[in-house]
Amino acid sequence: MSLHDYLYYVILPILAISSLAVFVRFVKGPTIVDRVVALDLIITLGIGEIAIYSIINNKPTFLDIATILALIAFLGTVAFAYYLEKRDKKDD
Amino acid sequence: MIDISIYILSTLGAIFAMLAAIGILRMPDTYLRISVTTKAATLGIGLILGAAALYFGDFSVSTRVQAIIIFIVLTAPVGAHLIGRTSYFLGNKMWKNSVVDDLENKYDKKKHKLLSEDVQKHRRKEEQKDEEDERKKAEEDKW
Repeated sequence: MSLHDYLYYVILPILAISSLAVFVRFVKGPTIVDRVVALDLIITLGIGEIAIYSIINNKPTFLDIATILALIAFLGTVAFAYYLEKRDKKDD
Repeated sequence: MIDISIYILSTLGAIFAMLAAIGILRMPDTYLRISVTTKAATLGIGLILGAAALYFGDFSVSTRVQAIIIFIVLTAPVGAHLIGRTSYFLGNKMWKNSVVDDLENKYDKKKHKLLSEDVQKHRRKEEQKDEEDERKKAEEDKW
């Protein structure tokens, strides 16, 4: 099994199934904070998938997108935290 | 040699990412979920990015990868702290088997300020004193 096959048939499916599991928490999430955390984790796993994908396709340019995704994930979490804290209602 | 290290790094990274996903699915309350996602996911993604840097073996790529890793390592704890704090103010309950809540009665939930219990007691006493003084003054004014 070459490195390419190993990444394509083992690592990528593991990451994809992980994303699916996190998505289940995103849909179920009893509170809105759980959903924000799940979204953050989905984007973080997406960074990993992009890294593996750039190895498979031998295109390091894809890593730029990973940088931007990392930025957006942090920005989203901070924005959600800021505005949820300001809101004083308890409903989801 | 490089191939073997890429195998090892990507496998470890995928395992840690999977552990983070299982953790967020199985953990019983919000705070435990936050703790799992920050630690395991950061380590896993860092390892996978390291595998990418090793594969390309190029200066421009490895600096980019370093930038991503440093950014994630810096921002994941900050984001987790902020969202955990928000969760505390929103009143999310801890798991029923959690032993200790260090912040109980220490947060002023209206002003969002953290104070130790001693300071809060002291302030409460001062406020009571002030109220008594005002009452006395008011009575004196009446006379």
